[in-house]
Amino acid sequence: MAVAAKNLRTELDQRAWNSVCDVPDPEVPVLTIEDLGVLREVNVREDGCVEVTITPTYTGCPAMSMFAFDIEAALLNAGFEKVEIKTVLSPAWTTDWLSEKACEKLRVYGIAPPNGKASRRALFGEDKVHCPKCNSANTSRISEFGSTACKALYRCNDCSEPFDYFKCI
Amino acid sequence: MKDPALFTYCMRLADDSAILSQRLGEWCGHASHLEEDIALTNVALDLIGHARELYTYAGQIEGKGRDEDALCFHRVEREFTNLLLVEQPNDDFAYAIMRQFLFSAFMHPFWEAMMNSKDELLAGLAAKAEKEAAYHLRHSAEWVIRLGDGTKESHNRINDALEFLWMYTGEMFECDDVVSALVAKGVAIDPMSIKHLWDETVNTVFARANLERPTESWMQTGGRKGEHSEHLGHILSPMQYLQRSFPQAQW
Repeated sequence: MAVAAKNLRTELDQRAWNSVCDVPDPEVPVLTIEDLGVLREVNVREDGCVEVTITPTYTGCPAMSMFAFDIEAALLNAGFEKVEIKTVLSPAWTTDWLSEKACEKLRVYGIAPPNGKASRRALFGEDKVHCPKCNSANTSRISEFGSTACKALYRCNDCSEPFDYFKCI
Repeated sequence: MKDPALFTYCMRLADDSAILSQRLGEWCGHASHLEEDIALTNVALDLIGHARELYTYAGQIEGKGRDEDALCFHRVEREFTNLLLVEQPNDDFAYAIMRQFLFSAFMHPFWEAMMNSKDELLAGLAAKAEKEAAYHLRHSAEWVIRLGDGTKESHNRINDALEFLWMYTGEMFECDDVVSALVAKGVAIDPMSIKHLWDETVNTVFARANLERPTESWMQTGGRKGEHSEHLGHILSPMQYLQRSFPQAQW
């Protein structure tokens, strides 16, 4: 879980964490980097430099450079003078890290949250997805891939609404 | 250089991802319909992500100050060590799909096995890439079935693609001194150890797609040694144009 990854040793670390935890996802602005679990660790070094550790949702996700930029800006605005962003791949990000609160935010925003636990080797499997508007389970997949790497495209067969589904990985 | 074998190994994997992502990127604005356009470029994006990690890591191992851009955009075709399969042209949508399927059916179990590598970066990347490769495999497998089990025309086209691309699949399972040395250290994957998984996926999907698996015959080779088909140079020229014209250009 994202919370368990926090390693806040001092009050200063906490203050730095608080300054960056609300940085929103540029493509899904209702979610913050804390909600997503992208923010892994914030550590203020002896020399005053803030070390922020983040992990990508997808290896090629273009939002990562945006995150790094916004994190740096947030820390500079909060009065910190130097920022270093580290990207780690391990442990690998998974939608299992999204909190229930984060999933609810997604649903209200019109994106169906990931359904169930990240699945393994499912050659022909298809996730059962509920419509974020009318909650019907009678939905069909339009495309496995959507407007961003983290989403797929679905349609509700009951209320006809097309919607994004946050892929379960 | 600390570990020349690891450098070579990472460069091969990086080149596979970079060249295939460039091929997939060529579909941007040209695919059969909008959703597929987005799908192919999404797959390309994941592959760019893998290539960036691998080139950066290879550059660190080499220790000569070459970064991801230098390694991807400032090498000539004889220095590229990608599989011949990934450089094959997009002649037809069916070719692109079959190429992706044959590759992803290998890469998914490959990354799954690589999660146990003793190399920390490769194991970390594998844990991410495995999830992405599972998606690529599912997507391309569904298309192989849709085309194979579709109309006479779609069946013929995907079958032509299979017959053409099959001779490039042997290279995925080659194990030379570089690979063997790293397998002995618990760093690399012996490709033959996942052959049965690839066979199983390929046979299952072909059965559903009414496609006949080609008989085992002579296989093309050379990519790992920098001996390529005539297509690679034509990929590199648009791919490298910007960095060649404006070296050190950055986003």
